Amino acid sequence: MLVWSLSGRVLVWSFAALILGVIFVAPLAVIMLASVSQQWNGILPTGFTLEHYRDAAGGAERDAVFASLVTGFVASLLALVTGAWAALALRARAGRWGDALGVLFFIPSAVPSVSVGLGLLVAFSQKPLLLNGTTAIVFVAHYVLISAFAFGNISAGLSRLAPDYEEVASCLGARPGYKLMHVTLPLIAPYLVASFGLSFALSMGELGATVMVYPPGWVTMPVAIFGLTDRGDIFTGAALTMILVVTTLILLLGLERAPIRSAAPR
Amino acid sequence: MTAAAAFHTAADSVAPKAPAGSGVTFDRVSVAYRGAVVLKPLTMTVAAGEILAMIGPSGSGKTTALRAVAGFVRPASGRIYIGGTDATDLPPCERGLAMVVQNYALFPHMRVSENVAFGLKARGAGRDLIARRVEESLRIVGMSQYSRRFPRELSGGQQQRVAIARALAVRPRVLLLDEPLSALDAQIRRAMVEEVARLHADLPDLTILYVTHDQSEALTLADRIAILKDGELSAIGRTGELYHRPPNRFAAEFLGRANLLPVVVEGKARDHGFVGVRIGDAKVVVSGDDHPAGSRRLMCVRPQNLTLTGDAERSNSIEAELREIHWQGELTHLVAAIGESILRVVATRLPNPPARGDRLSFFFSPSDANLIVEEAGV
Ligand SMILES: Nc1ncnc2c1ncn2[C@@H]1O[C@H](COP(=O)(O)OP(=O)(O)OP(=O)(O)O)[C@@H](O)[C@H]1O
Ligand SMILES: [Mg+2]
Repeated sequence: MLVWSLSGRVLVWSFAALILGVIFVAPLAVIMLASVSQQWNGILPTGFTLEHYRDAAGGAERDAVFASLVTGFVASLLALVTGAWAALALRARAGRWGDALGVLFFIPSAVPSVSVGLGLLVAFSQKPLLLNGTTAIVFVAHYVLISAFAFGNISAGLSRLAPDYEEVASCLGARPGYKLMHVTLPLIAPYLVASFGLSFALSMGELGATVMVYPPGWVTMPVAIFGLTDRGDIFTGAALTMILVVTTLILLLGLERAPIRSAAPR
Repeated sequence: MTAAAAFHTAADSVAPKAPAGSGVTFDRVSVAYRGAVVLKPLTMTVAAGEILAMIGPSGSGKTTALRAVAGFVRPASGRIYIGGTDATDLPPCERGLAMVVQNYALFPHMRVSENVAFGLKARGAGRDLIARRVEESLRIVGMSQYSRRFPRELSGGQQQRVAIARALAVRPRVLLLDEPLSALDAQIRRAMVEEVARLHADLPDLTILYVTHDQSEALTLADRIAILKDGELSAIGRTGELYHRPPNRFAAEFLGRANLLPVVVEGKARDHGFVGVRIGDAKVVVSGDDHPAGSRRLMCVRPQNLTLTGDAERSNSIEAELREIHWQGELTHLVAAIGESILRVVATRLPNPPARGDRLSFFFSPSDANLIVEEAGV
């Protein structure tokens, strides 16, 4: 605790509660209320209904949940594999080159996601690499946006791994592949899981790039929500948002409990 | 038949590619990190079946030398032979070694038995062999009843034993130990030193390269000791020989307390391998040869090799004036002066303790003292 006096602490806590309440809780609370309301004309909504959820559970909206889950899964898995690969490869050549390459990975996250989408659209509009109008381009867009975070997470885990474990393993006769599968990866498993979770959450909420590239048959939840609210169907949009939040939350909580038999090294 | 005997009679090896034989030879091996030489060309041999302790102060290059054997650093020059085969270009996994490091590095996600089985599994050994070896290795280190535990559920000493069992299970040609006991407290460390000694008595074919900065571990365990200083081999020899007749000041002082007294060589003594020297007015005989008469040397004699004698006329004794006397239970430490130099003596029992200012005679055996050429700049 940085603040010791009682009044000081009360002040700090109230301030924190205010910020938390206004910035984080209020918008979500409003959306939640809207998702179960019949009408919202005054300060507070009126009439309780689950109608919007029934709407959101049917047809196009259900497809959106499916599209988002599949996109998130595919993009996160790709990011996990390539991020781990890049982190392992760059660790072997620590030094100026490794650092420079590491920074390269983060460039897409510094560019507005709309621009990334636009860039992909233009880049993949020509014959040998024609991806426009396919589902794949959505995966690619998400992958480009989240791979930096996967790489960063896994790199952080690797840099904390003392070299002793791997050295002892190879001394005992483990070839590089065996060592990777049985020592290195299990030891950084918590970081791999965290990286997958973060990637998934980022992908579930991605809008900017997706809006630019999505084909007709592959509308993700954020795009659907955007569409619904744009058309004035605030309530169904709110219900779909709640479904998005809950789905992501369930997934992240499930990952946290993933039965990984790895204690972080002492 | 003991567990250890069974351990070595079975002929099944799972490391067909590893070099045959079990000694290690450094042939002018040097190591540099980014241009900075940390190991100057080192030439020495660890004979098959011996324990060679490599000691030296922090930063002297012990770990570096060990890592060169394991294959984790590439020598800048020179070759490394394991069992007579050039292993310099072999990857670590093909060298047929095993290593125990300071913090044990047990795999935290594997149970004790899986840790011990690791090397064999990695080498593709059969199930039966693995089960048998895991059991044997754990029995040798007395950890059989802990095989289902995870490393974090073990004490430091127990983890240490598991690390040794894991290394033994692959039947390494050479066991590399890098300060394996330094994370343990003093009492357990003494017990573990004795256990490693027992282990080697049970597995006489096992070659052990033991790195430590603790001279008492080295003196207890090693057949031979190599002393490194600033990346250079300062001395190497059989343990007792090196301790009682160190070749230089650094070796003398690093292995324990030593009296280094300036003397003048008189000439060869009657017995071969001994020379007469003059220290103050006294004439004594010490071991050594090739020291020209009239040359100045340092005589090295360990404090506990000096005996207080009532007989001032006794041969090979030197006279000194008592300055301090400290009784420490089992031992009594005496500090006496010969002219300018200080003479330290450790006595186990003193029937009539002398008093400060007494002139005392101390006897030593000629074979317990030797001559050191004082190096320039030391
Ligand atoms: N990876 C490395 N990069 C650069 N220099 C290193 C590296 N490893 C060791 N050194 C240097 O090499 C020298 C020898 O180190 P080494 O670890 O062999 O010493 P040591 O005798 O094992 O010491 P200690 O008793 O402290 O373990 C030291 O000066 C150290 O700073
Ligand atoms: Mg060291």
